[in-house]
Amino acid sequence: MYNGLLNKSRPPAFCPGCSHERIAHVLDKSFQKMGLRNNQVVMVSDIGCSGLFDTFFNTHALHGLHGRALTYATGLKLALPELNVIITMGDGGMGIGGAHFLSACRRNLNLTLLVLNNFNFGMTGGQFSATTPSEALTGSGFLNRLERPLDVCEVAVSAGATYATRCSAYRKDLAEEIVHAVRHQGFSVIDIWGVCTGRFSKRNSLTPQAIEDRLAKLPRREGVVSENMRQEYGRHYRELAGSQKPALPPTEIEAKYAPPEPGRQDIMMLGSAGQRIVTAGEILCYAGLIAGLRTTQKNDYPITVLRGHSVSEVILSPEEIDFTVVDKPAVIVAIGQEGVDRRKNAFDDLDGDTLIIQADGVDVPSNNAKMQRMNFKEQGIKKQDWALASLSVLAKLKRVISLDMLKGALDIRFKDPVRSSASDLVDRVEPGDTHL
Amino acid sequence: MALSLMEGNEAIAWGAITSGCKFFAGYPITPATTIFNTMLKLLPYEGGICLQGEDEIASIGSCLGASMAGLKVMTATSGPGISLYSEHISFAIGSEIPIVIVDVQRLGPSTGSATRGADGDILFLRWGNSSGLPVIVLAPVDVKDCFSLTIHAFNLAEEFRCPVFIASNKEVAMTKEGIDMGAIPRPEIKERMNPPPGEPFLPFGVPAERKVPYFLPIGDNVLIRQTSSTHGPDGYITTDPDEIGKNQERLKEKLVSAVDRFSYYEAHIEDDADTLILTYGVTARAAREAVKGQKGEGKPVSLLVLKTLWPVPEELIKEKSKHVNRVVVVEMNLGQYVREIERILSDKEVSFLGQMDGRLITPRQIKEFINNV
Repeated sequence: MYNGLLNKSRPPAFCPGCSHERIAHVLDKSFQKMGLRNNQVVMVSDIGCSGLFDTFFNTHALHGLHGRALTYATGLKLALPELNVIITMGDGGMGIGGAHFLSACRRNLNLTLLVLNNFNFGMTGGQFSATTPSEALTGSGFLNRLERPLDVCEVAVSAGATYATRCSAYRKDLAEEIVHAVRHQGFSVIDIWGVCTGRFSKRNSLTPQAIEDRLAKLPRREGVVSENMRQEYGRHYRELAGSQKPALPPTEIEAKYAPPEPGRQDIMMLGSAGQRIVTAGEILCYAGLIAGLRTTQKNDYPITVLRGHSVSEVILSPEEIDFTVVDKPAVIVAIGQEGVDRRKNAFDDLDGDTLIIQADGVDVPSNNAKMQRMNFKEQGIKKQDWALASLSVLAKLKRVISLDMLKGALDIRFKDPVRSSASDLVDRVEPGDTHL
Repeated sequence: MALSLMEGNEAIAWGAITSGCKFFAGYPITPATTIFNTMLKLLPYEGGICLQGEDEIASIGSCLGASMAGLKVMTATSGPGISLYSEHISFAIGSEIPIVIVDVQRLGPSTGSATRGADGDILFLRWGNSSGLPVIVLAPVDVKDCFSLTIHAFNLAEEFRCPVFIASNKEVAMTKEGIDMGAIPRPEIKERMNPPPGEPFLPFGVPAERKVPYFLPIGDNVLIRQTSSTHGPDGYITTDPDEIGKNQERLKEKLVSAVDRFSYYEAHIEDDADTLILTYGVTARAAREAVKGQKGEGKPVSLLVLKTLWPVPEELIKEKSKHVNRVVVVEMNLGQYVREIERILSDKEVSFLGQMDGRLITPRQIKEFINNV
């Protein structure tokens, strides 16, 4: 015979007169009304006296850390949409887990939160909580006189909760109200006001009648919040997730071409934000991969994008690359002053083995490398294309990459029309003469 | 051979998907964000859940809930987020909840430098929980490791019912490399052990021949209790000191006694070397180059790269260092793991090379240290 879900071997045991005990029995009554079996329910309990609830029920149970019950409940419900997830939390957990409460309201995942609101921290000695009236006498001395109590339901409604009820633990039809909340498709919260006989009502007069009187002075808040009604999060998630396209597996690149130069080649690309330095570095990597080379790419740019330096260090090598920092570069692409200034030490100790592609208008520190001075502007190439144009210069000089490698890389990196316009740009660039 | 261009963070996400990860929750933070981005691309289509938590505490909390529902779960963050994870790391340890936690380390302390690498969390990962019970920490050297160690991490989390960390580093996580995905060894995927059917089940009951409880998920026909409080086999609070003490010992022993089975490493041992370089993470790449250079100059040194950092693979370290008199520990911090090496190899000369300024330790620095210090 079905006798509800209370744990017969661990009956609720609270301080005499505590409203939590009444709520435990009422909750069981609501389970009985819904005819729920014990494996259809998980009790997720928070900290303090409400944190004992999971032990009083013969259901699945999860008890965790202070204020975090809603976080576990979120994971459980997303994983098991059919499970009835009931969370018990006190006014203490509400205070410490406030961010999780706001998020639960905003998400509208189908969880039922019972706030066992007794206006103080019962278990730790009656200190004030987020809902303690300013005038109450508490274990926190005068401190609660300095803070204003939180109205759980008003916060819930402004945060987007679709179901919010404020009521007394002594309400006659509390079991029916809990049934409504559990059956609601979305996040529901019931702020249940009760008496903590062990701590609070010892020094403050609070009776069931006083609770009724206080509630009567507040605007009524009961049930569905029609202005917030919307789709339930889990169902909505599955709907949107179901319409996602499959992600493409990582592109696999077979070696097709031979590189123009043997051995390891280190390239440093120095530019400014907006010059597509990182993309050009990636193209260089693909050009290496299509020639069967190992590659690494390290980028350096400020946290705030759209301004400042942009640096990409690329290494291409027929051998495995261990250390990923460019040491003695084969090529430095200097097309933005901010990048050059960022890495001015890179120009120390260069010799004729290094080629510098220097864009007109960019100053580089004095050095002994070979110089390829480029007036891209004169060739009608926009600043944001100088990085790609520099790769074209390299390919045409047969340094590091060949034209086949570069074109192959563009085919991998871009789709038309970007691919063909990039390819046209590469064709158009004229490298000119190299100077010592 | 076909090569793919990928950064360490992407490889971790692909490793997670390969392992059967079905739940990811995270809060964006440089340099871990691209793990979240990649999981968001991969997981929903696979029928999994990808959640952006309201903060780091919620992210790992929802992972613990989903793990108790039976899903393989992962979260990813950096040092500031690991700080916030602490309470839930303790929960996962004490209540034996499988989870993979990626720490893409950045230069600390605190918010530190978002885009600078470091290995400053190595002791924090081990000891940043209340109780000091052990955890598993794996450290990738490169993009390939990010993929394969993530699969190992899931396997270990499932087998031992514990949190497993991947101690990555901005310099591994956000550096792109051409890798041959087909050539990376793929460990066999392991699943949580369900109890043999027909026997009475207790959520934390441990049969005599095992050190890890069998697992059934919340939502099963058998009622499951999970609690962060000190519990007995039935998942209810216990106050029995003998029962408590025995359980704490077991939580320690289940990992420490098994580390020889998951001591991942790379070693280059030279017969006539008197010095062993011991390192981990991205610094191993500089060490490899230094070791090659030393060999070329006729002054060979040996190298041991640890990929399992915690529990400390003591047998491995003793074995690989037995022929040398000097061990040089190189770390991207001011001296953390070296304390373990000093403890284990008290009969040897142990010296330390460290740096904590956001730059990689170079092969040249390592060579100079070996030859001159």
